[in-house]
Amino acid sequence: MRVRVLITPKEGLLDPEGRAVKEILQDNGYKVKSVRVGKVVELEVDDPSQVKEMVEKFLYNPLIEEYVIE
Amino acid sequence: MKFGVCVFPGSNCDYDTYYVLRDVVGAEVRFLDFRETKIQNIDCVILPGGFSFGDYLRAGALASKTPIAKAIVDFAQKGGFVVGICNGFQILTELHLLPGALLKNENLRFVCKDVYLRVENSSTPLTKKLEKGEVIRMPIAHGEGRFYVPEDELKRLEERGQILFRYCQEDGSITKEANPNGSVGNIAGVCNETFNVFGLMPHPERACEDLLGYYDGLLLWYSLISA
Repeated sequence: MRVRVLITPKEGLLDPEGRAVKEILQDNGYKVKSVRVGKVVELEVDDPSQVKEMVEKFLYNPLIEEYVIE
Repeated sequence: MKFGVCVFPGSNCDYDTYYVLRDVVGAEVRFLDFRETKIQNIDCVILPGGFSFGDYLRAGALASKTPIAKAIVDFAQKGGFVVGICNGFQILTELHLLPGALLKNENLRFVCKDVYLRVENSSTPLTKKLEKGEVIRMPIAHGEGRFYVPEDELKRLEERGQILFRYCQEDGSITKEANPNGSVGNIAGVCNETFNVFGLMPHPERACEDLLGYYDGLLLWYSLISA
């Protein structure tokens, strides 16, 4: 099965990529309050019960990021 | 003191470091491949600069899951010296051998220039040939050098003397303008609680010869070999 992990910078932590994107959107007239830029990791696995462990041990850094498994 | 310089796919300051240690400092040094599982007959491991595994996932993240990285944790826990420069610093934070994390520079630019550094602790094995408050000059070259720790952890680092260098002006003053990447507290280098694991974003191996215009980096190597 395919599992998607969304990793984003922790709320409140300065995210310069998100800030740059937000400013361009605003400069183009869009009303946007905040933008955070993260990454998507797609995993094809037989046993989805291991995904949480893979994410916590390898894919994200708890000091600076948060994640959602879809 | 025998040095080992780790080589990961994408390391690019490995040979510079090897050359400085062997030809300028005159130390015994060998390369360590990332697939090696044991560190034997080495007193100090250097994790050099570069872009290990292409900086994929996060800078240093994939290198921290290699066999040599696991051996380095064991080596450091037994008291061995470990120095991470630039990408090596990123790897050491990913390994939790050093506190904090290194994020993309605040201005999102890759910064390549000379910086001034104020020595914050001169009683560690890496800085003993320097003086507290002394200003030295070294080059930096990185896109992800914004050191981050939460505020309470920053306080603990200060109290325990784990901050080695801060970005400063030529006269030693710590200002926002002197901070090239947005690091918390202008921090350019830190060490662990037991003073045997060190990480810094500037490149001491690029500041060791008259030909290059400066040699402040040499003082770090001389400190280590007399440790």
